[in-house]
Amino acid sequence: MTNIKEMVIISGKGGTGKTSLAGALSSLFQDRIIADCDVDAANLHLILQPEEVLQTKEFTGGKKAKIDPERCTKCGACKEACRYDAISENFVIDPFSCEGCGACYFLCPAKAVDFSPRLAGHYYICSISGNGRFVFAELLPGEDNSGKLVAAVRNEAREEAVKTGVNFILIDGPPGIGCPVISSITGTHLAVVVTEPTPSGIHDLKRIVELTHHFQVKTALVVNKWDIHPGYTREMKQYCAENDLIFLGQIPYETAITKAQKEAKTILDFAPECAASGAIREIYTKLHDILEEA
Amino acid sequence: MQYTHDEGMKVMKDMNIAFASGKGGTGKTTVAVNLAFFLAYSRQQVQYLDCDVEEPNGHIFLKPEVHTRTPAMVMVPVIDQDKCTHCGECSEKCQFNALVTLPSNVLLFPELCHGCGLCVSICPEEAISEGKREIGFIEKGKAIQDIDFVHGILNVGEPMAGPVIQEVKHQYRKEHIRVIDAPPGTSCPVVKTIHDADVVVMVTEPTPFGLHDLQIAVSVAQNLGKPIGVVINRQNGEFPPLVTYLLNNSLPVLMVLPEDIEIARCYSRGELIIKTLPLYIDQFMELAVNIGRLLGKKKGGR
Repeated sequence: MTNIKEMVIISGKGGTGKTSLAGALSSLFQDRIIADCDVDAANLHLILQPEEVLQTKEFTGGKKAKIDPERCTKCGACKEACRYDAISENFVIDPFSCEGCGACYFLCPAKAVDFSPRLAGHYYICSISGNGRFVFAELLPGEDNSGKLVAAVRNEAREEAVKTGVNFILIDGPPGIGCPVISSITGTHLAVVVTEPTPSGIHDLKRIVELTHHFQVKTALVVNKWDIHPGYTREMKQYCAENDLIFLGQIPYETAITKAQKEAKTILDFAPECAASGAIREIYTKLHDILEEA
Repeated sequence: MQYTHDEGMKVMKDMNIAFASGKGGTGKTTVAVNLAFFLAYSRQQVQYLDCDVEEPNGHIFLKPEVHTRTPAMVMVPVIDQDKCTHCGECSEKCQFNALVTLPSNVLLFPELCHGCGLCVSICPEEAISEGKREIGFIEKGKAIQDIDFVHGILNVGEPMAGPVIQEVKHQYRKEHIRVIDAPPGTSCPVVKTIHDADVVVMVTEPTPFGLHDLQIAVSVAQNLGKPIGVVINRQNGEFPPLVTYLLNNSLPVLMVLPEDIEIARCYSRGELIIKTLPLYIDQFMELAVNIGRLLGKKKGGR
């Protein structure tokens, strides 16, 4: 077994500053592989600006069914079998409704259904400045199976970590609490939840912590824009103390962050002296110590 | 052609207006709840349906009084171990790896099951029947301004949002303007949500991230053949690449909200913008009119 430490940044909800934090941290951690597991809408590459794509791999998702009108006898067995209302009156399958279960394929007496795997996306291994490696993926719009693509990205990141001999894997996770998130947190050493001090922030925090606890992943919290509501920030700190979470730090509201985003830079590069940058450096120091001990 | 406020409202009746974004945090819920409130305040019958079942947030702003709570169920196979001969037919054909045949047993992994029923149909021994499993629930109620409120909540630890979204959509009320909050992203749950939308409103931010995610989300909605309009949120000076993209793709801008820390504060207190900051009412009226115009075009056909 290797001693590579994996941490994942999640948020319960998008837009809390997860990618901005991941981008900033990836410039502070030197000895790391970075993986963007938000395969639905990968953004980290916009900040990291990879130098070169070293390898592109195809990701095939589940199978999708298609009816050959030549062979179809319109007997209706497929429509009866399909629970997703994916088959129209004139026996055409709507690819967006098809779940890829294969019921129509296996039950069609005329063998008129084609059921083959489809390309669902790509993933890329890239080099970034400072001799680092970065793995990210793009799911084709509307495709399914993002959990499996997340798993593929994580595997690739681990292999790269072993190959290049680094100690940390930094994962930018997807939003939500569903399949892709579950796939990005399982087996990591630390999940860092980024949240905002708002009622929805508190609501989402509780749900995501329920999830990390369910999968027994050690969890830490960063409150972003903490000063838009200091009261909720205090409440969140209290919540950490009561629920066995590490309070990693708080980042102030900073208009420079939007400006940095617009220029596709990390806040550390854009405004290294601002309060938010200082807060992120402190978070990094704590994080590094926690991972070393993990 | 002049298009009045009232005509816009008429056109929206019995329509599904979905709010999507490609990415979370762009202000999708903010725009959706404020529009719902605006429409209801203008004496329209409004139904708000929150399909972001992984993290529904609409209730924080619309403050519904929940009067019914029903479980969202999925079908799962039940295997009669006495009849089962462990032939392996079911596990071999299950596309979701939800069944595993062992020499003396068939194991079910319920979280992986999509409830398609294939195993039931193909078992040669007729050893499989079906039961139901709860993966979340639906809450219905009356929100402020008499808005009809529905949201679905996926149980934590469950991977599949689809069936809960489906259940939310079964609650559609006729003759209402239905404001639908979609989940973030562009994969299956979003497709499920906007599949029967009459218009898709994309909420985006004028940044490279916002634009990147918008492009993906737009391509999904276009593949589904939906009329699309864009709301630009947190505008803080123009972002020329976004303007160019919208022009090149003939995507209309329905509303622009500026970056305003007062809006962020308002959100952080769980308040509606148009109640706390009335200067934004005009923007939402414009949004309503512009959505009506998009729908009017759709209704008029080509």
